Formats: sequence, structure tokens, C-alpha cells
Amino acid sequence: MFSFCADPKAIEGLSWLSCYLTSTKHLAFYGSVGTVLLLLIITAPFALAFGFGGATAARSPMLPARILGKTYIAMVRGIPDIVFFLFFVIALDQGVEYLKSLAVCDGGLWPWQGLEFRVCKEAKVPLATSDAFWHDAYGFTLAVVTFALVFGAFVANVLFGAMQAVPRAQLETAEAYGMNHSQVFWRILVPQMWVYALPGLSNLWMILIKATPLLFLLGVEDIVYYARELGGSKTQAYEYPHPDWRLWYFLALLGFYLLMTKLSEGVLGRLSARLSKGQATAAGEAMRKAAA
Amino acid sequence: MTMTCWETVQAYGLRSLGYGENLLPKTDFTLCQHFTLIGSGMIWNIYYGALALFFGFFFANALALAKAAQNPWARKPAEWFIFVFRGSPLFIQFFIAYETLVLLPRSGVEVFGFTVQTSWMTKAWAGALFVLFLNTAAYAAEIFYGALRSIPKGDLEAAEAYGITGWQKFRRIQWPTMLRLGWPAYTNEAIFLFHATTLVFFASFPAFRQMGDALYYANYFADKTFNPFIPYPIVGFYFILLTLFVTWVFGRVNRHLNRHLPQNLKSRIRLRPNLIR
Repeated sequence: MFSFCADPKAIEGLSWLSCYLTSTKHLAFYGSVGTVLLLLIITAPFALAFGFGGATAARSPMLPARILGKTYIAMVRGIPDIVFFLFFVIALDQGVEYLKSLAVCDGGLWPWQGLEFRVCKEAKVPLATSDAFWHDAYGFTLAVVTFALVFGAFVANVLFGAMQAVPRAQLETAEAYGMNHSQVFWRILVPQMWVYALPGLSNLWMILIKATPLLFLLGVEDIVYYARELGGSKTQAYEYPHPDWRLWYFLALLGFYLLMTKLSEGVLGRLSARLSKGQATAAGEAMRKAAA
Repeated sequence: MTMTCWETVQAYGLRSLGYGENLLPKTDFTLCQHFTLIGSGMIWNIYYGALALFFGFFFANALALAKAAQNPWARKPAEWFIFVFRGSPLFIQFFIAYETLVLLPRSGVEVFGFTVQTSWMTKAWAGALFVLFLNTAAYAAEIFYGALRSIPKGDLEAAEAYGITGWQKFRRIQWPTMLRLGWPAYTNEAIFLFHATTLVFFASFPAFRQMGDALYYANYFADKTFNPFIPYPIVGFYFILLTLFVTWVFGRVNRHLNRHLPQNLKSRIRLRPNLIR
């Protein structure tokens, strides 16, 4: 990075530190913070969409849809989420490769043979010959889908409760005005449910932030991966030899997560105040009184 | 050599504690082996959950009181403790605890002429339990703190009108009411603490002689058979049973805490989802 970093072993003190902290590996470490933020940004809308679908299905008048929605919600309550993370990633991966094998392999063997999962070479996703980038991208996509599936169930539970919380009189009035089922849903129920859903959703957002280190378990090179790599003791063979510094790296991660929590608390607090304005809830009432 | 299911249970039922057959099965995995070994691992999950919950309960009470205190010397540390443990991932807490504990000198620490052994602290049974204890104490303290603040003003005024003050007021009015109000949320906390014990498997505390928790064995099977569709649902099955049991126990306590109230005022336990900590 800097010109004086050409021979790191000859320098010491602050300039050594500035060289050390701008080494290629460290720049990748800072980049991996981007991976985490990217996961959060992509997962949140997908989880919201899955949750919305689940909640709508759970209160659908059709029995099969209702059973499906309720099962989806109930599934995540009793079982540790980490089991889902381990399960879905393998299951999704095998599912994708099985579907692809139906299209590209001839012979059409059932891939779960005894102790192995076997599909032909052409059905591997991504292909063994493809770029490392595609392997990373595929792993990341699987992680996003898994996160969205698991968090979608939690969102579904929150939104289901929020839909129930919208005063019935509102919906009945809309029906009395001659709106049909979907009009009542989209024009009356959905706009009003958010204020009831927000406390639950902001709680989930905090939990989602704290769940991001699980990316590491899913094999993505995220901040935990780099913290372990960079922190491990380096012998003289390395450019920057140092003893085991993993503790310091993990303390930095701790600081990062606490900062994210603090920032989110601020933003969500404002959002909640904004949504409560003029609503017939205790918070809305308190704002009205304070203004008067 | 084929074993009957009962023989498998005898051989592997206490495998996670180091008793019975030494070698884990390598080929021809049966459903019975899956259930037995994963169930054996559940012993550890229950150990972590139950002990962390028990010790955490007392610490959480102290923390909640400290956070509600007027004195900043008591309040500030409690606020920070709760913020740090609730604001960061349990996963990172495990890593930091492990890295800190391995920094302790191998030979032990001299305290007042005695040598305190330190090597046991880096073992999962002590180190992971300690982190879970601190973590659940922080979450439960926040619940109890919230409950403490939502005690009806009238109850406290009535107590004072009867001449009940100070420690008596706390012991007979505030504390029982706090527990009663916080209990439904605390039940959820207990359930998710048990769920969080599965993270111990990833917490870099090494599994000693293949004596691991439920996820350790589930992962072992999934790695050997490349088939996630059997071991992980079994873990899920065991945890649903455990959740039902915890809900039942806490429901009994809840009934006890609410026994003096008329039927329509009793607080019910409702499961609310909460994910990774």
C-alpha cells in the first residue's frame, strides 16, 4: 500500500502497524464486512417476502394453504435454528444438483446411493472447472436462501400476529363499502398492519444481525473466517510475523456488532415514532398528548 | 456383526459421557444408532441448558436490581454488561471466551500461595457453560428489569400503607410480582437457551475423545453418510420433546406464581419466536 512497506521486517512501531493493517489480507478482511452487510441487505427483503407469503397462507380461507402456512411457522419454534442452517444448506445443494441431473445426465440414476450422493460430473453446481468466483457466489446464494427461509418463518409469525391485531371494525367497514376480499386485504389490512408488526420486526432485525457470524459455518469467507485467519500466530516465514492475536480480532468483531446494534436501535426507534404518528395505539396517543 | 437395537442402546447410550463402546460406528449406520448416539449427545445439551439456567437465574436477579438501582456505580456496570451480552452474537462470545481462557498460563495461577489449575477452564464443560451462564443472565436480567418497572404503582403504595417497607417490601411484594410478570418471557428465554446450547458444537471448545453434544453426533452421521435428511430431523425431534418438557415445567411454576389471582387475570405463557442470540 505505502512505499515504505516494501520490507516490513525492517520497520517497526506505528509505521509497521500501518503497513500491517493495510496488507492485502487485511483489505480482504475489510471487504468481508461488505459481505456481511450484503447478506443483511439481500436477506431482509427476501425474508420479508417469505414471511408475508407465509402469514397470508396461514390466514387463507383455503385449508391446504392454511396448513402449509401454519406448518412453516410452527416448524421454527421447536427446533434450534442452527439445525436448519446445517440441514438446508446440504438439502438445497443436493436438491439443486438432483434437478439439474434430471436435465443434463443420461441414465437418470437416483442420486442417493447408499452412503453417497452421486450425480454425474455435468450436474455439479457449479461445475468443477468453473471459476473460484462462481463457487463463492453459489455458496453465498445458498446462505442467503437459507437465511431467508429460516427468518421468513419468524417474519411470518410476526406478520400473522400483526394482521390479527388490525381492528376488525376497519375490515368490516371496508366490506360494508362493497370492497371485495382482495381489496380489503391490500387497501385496508396491509397498510395498517405495519405499526403492529414493527416491534416484532425490529427485534428480528437485531437477531438477524447477530446471526450473521453463522455465515462462517456455511463456508462463506466472512469476517469470522478472516479474524481467525489473520489472528492465528504467524511464523518468521510470513511477512508480518506475530503471536496468536485472535483475541484482539474477535474483540474488534465484538465492537463491530455492538456498533451495529446501537445504530439499528437508533434508526428503528425513529421509524417506530414515525409509524406511530396518528395511530390509535398507546404510543400514538402519548405523542398526541405530548404535542398538545 | 449386527446388533439389536437394545444392544446399541447399551453400547452407545452413554457414549457422550465416555462410557460404553469406544469406537463410533463407521459403516452400515442404522436408524437405531442415529437415535441412540444423538440422544446420548442430548445429555450435554441438557447439562449446559439446565445449569446455565439455574445459576443464571440468581445472577439475573442481581443484575436486574442493579440496573434498576439509583446509584450509578451499580447501574452503569449492569447496563453495560447487559448491553454487551445482548448486543453481540453468542458465537463471538464463545470465541472470545475461548481465546481468553487459553491465554491463561498452562501451569496454573498463583493465588495467595495456592496454585489454581486453569487447564479445565478451556474444556467445553466449564468454558462453554460459563459463557452460556453469562449470556442467559444478561437476557433474563433485561426481562426481569422490564417486569420490575411494570409492577403496578398501586401495589407498592398499598404495601407502604400497610407499613411494609424496605427489604420486607422487596421480598414479599416486589420480587414475587416481578417474577410473575416476567415469567412468560422468561419461559421463552429458557427454551431458546436450550436451543442456543447447540452452538457449543461450533464454539471452538474441542470435543474430548468424541464425547460431544447432539449436533456433534448428528454432524458425524451427516458427514459419513452425506445424508442430512435423517440426523438433523432427529435432532429437531429431540429438541421438540425438550421444548415441550421445559414448557411444562415452567407452566407449573407459572401456575404457582399466579395461584392467588382470579382466573381472568392470570398471565398465560405464549411462545414467541426468538432466534440466534
